Amino acid sequence: MSDETGAPAGAPTARVEVRKTYKLFIGGAFPRSESGRTYEVVAADGRFLANAAKGSRKDGRDAVLAARKAQPTWSAATAYNRGQVLYRVAEVMEGRREQFVADIVDAEGVSSSDAALQVDAAIDRWVWYAGWTDKIAQVLGSANPVAGPYFNFSLPEPSGVVAAVAPQESSLLGLVSVIAPIVASANTVVVIASSARPLPAITLTEVLGTSDVPGGTVNVLTGEAGEIMPWLASHADVNALDLTGINDSALAVSLERDAAGTVKRVRRPSPDADWFASPGLSRLRAFVETKTVWHPLGV
Amino acid sequence: MTRLASIDSLPDANPGSLRRFLHGLPGVDEVGARGRVDALGTRSIKNEAKAWAIDLSIRMVDLTTLEGMDTPGKVRAMCAKAVRPDPTDPSVPSVAAVCVYGDLAATARAAVGDRVHVAAVATAFPSGRASLEVKLADVRDAIDGGADEIDMVIDRGAFLAGEYARVFEEIVAVKEACGTAHLKVILETGELRTLDNVRRASWLAMLAGADFIKTSTGKVTPAATPPVTLVMLEAVRDFRDATGRLIGVKAAGGIRTSKDAIKYLVLVNETVGDQWLVPDLFRFGASTLLNDLLLQRQRMATGHYSGPDYVTID
Repeated sequence: MSDETGAPAGAPTARVEVRKTYKLFIGGAFPRSESGRTYEVVAADGRFLANAAKGSRKDGRDAVLAARKAQPTWSAATAYNRGQVLYRVAEVMEGRREQFVADIVDAEGVSSSDAALQVDAAIDRWVWYAGWTDKIAQVLGSANPVAGPYFNFSLPEPSGVVAAVAPQESSLLGLVSVIAPIVASANTVVVIASSARPLPAITLTEVLGTSDVPGGTVNVLTGEAGEIMPWLASHADVNALDLTGINDSALAVSLERDAAGTVKRVRRPSPDADWFASPGLSRLRAFVETKTVWHPLGV
Repeated sequence: MTRLASIDSLPDANPGSLRRFLHGLPGVDEVGARGRVDALGTRSIKNEAKAWAIDLSIRMVDLTTLEGMDTPGKVRAMCAKAVRPDPTDPSVPSVAAVCVYGDLAATARAAVGDRVHVAAVATAFPSGRASLEVKLADVRDAIDGGADEIDMVIDRGAFLAGEYARVFEEIVAVKEACGTAHLKVILETGELRTLDNVRRASWLAMLAGADFIKTSTGKVTPAATPPVTLVMLEAVRDFRDATGRLIGVKAAGGIRTSKDAIKYLVLVNETVGDQWLVPDLFRFGASTLLNDLLLQRQRMATGHYSGPDYVTID
């Protein structure tokens, strides 16, 4: 047998590793950057890990289009259904636990037990927000007493398309803590992953792509937030900004100024949050608009 | 692509002569046509050239509503938009024409005055299945309503059955009924199946007196495609070489983005030359294209991306 194949018996040829090409996640698909650019991603110890797509402003525009297109479907789904979909994200993440742990060990240079804690917390966070989808209206909404023969209700509605920057340090738990509340409150999101540590975010896109999240609900770009965000901040079809991952306060101020041009909601929390702490409702509350309805009594 | 070497003699209305001529036209290399279109589609049009192309595209739009649910109110709203596409920016040019069903031509004419053309579809649009008398009455109705452009459909059944003379005579009769109104002949290329047929139908329509040849009704998929438009532009070019007459081309249906529109302009420029880059000789039949052109224009004017909240919903 060995004579026929030309290879000596007992010395198998070394397998050539299949390297992944890292791409963006827009509208449920995995396109390359429109600009054709990539950048080197290195591990915490400086070792080369991969080339990732370097998103451009046009990728940002495409992602906003996808998010806008997905918005009516996602916000029209029942809150119960949205909860099921977000819970499914947690389920699929659980199946890829080992990969997430390895990604975080590479990206953040932490021990695998610390990385596992972060993965567990990220999965639990999806479950936590999944539970909130059909409770937001009860907690943030109200029946208001009025001096007249009317029922008066206030109900939270999604802001629409949110452009967010994921934390630069916490590559998975921080990212999940930013996007989960945005989609739980029925918005769609364009998020720019941590620039230096994008690989856990890319693995998360593969989870999102296979877990019933409608295409375009979550769009993930890799690259420089400082390059893409000014275009999203001034984009007239973006309804809100989440500047969590902007560490440069001058940039944050300029983004806030750009956002004012089209009166966007802007959330700019303190950059050094403890992602393991209980998140509370502040992020769920950030991107909803309150609609108040008067309804005549006795009809 | 190859030019026709020469047209020895144009046919008369005699069925045999027409058939010999149309079947004597060289076949279209479909793979070549696609390749040519793809190659031209990669041209990058930016900055000042893009701004110019967007304004030209706006001036070439036949703003169209052809729905069973069209109301006089909707037509009036569309006419207002045709005259002043972006009310916040007076530098935006008017479109070329509004395109409506014949019974709404009067409403459209009253709304636009003489600021843009009024095109009406006629001859039992979109199927073209009616007797010649009915079709001519349809045309006269539209003209009486104030239409100065008539978009007629050819009888595709007759064309595919090889009854070229019947199609020819129908176009001649409609042209006569049009009087001074411009006649656009819709080939409905989606139903003609092959590019050879598109070339034959283009020649047939031009020989019969069309002022414009138009790809589609917009009711059949595929509607306008770049390869089909390329073949029609080539027919127009060869017809000019043979007769000296300039025939317009209208690409209608399925063109929704500024990027697509600019690709068509490149196709026109490279096939028949910049002489055709005027609203009198090239048109887009579209409804949603105009909004995208306006968004791109706003983007270039303001420096930031615009959104659908800043144009009207049609």
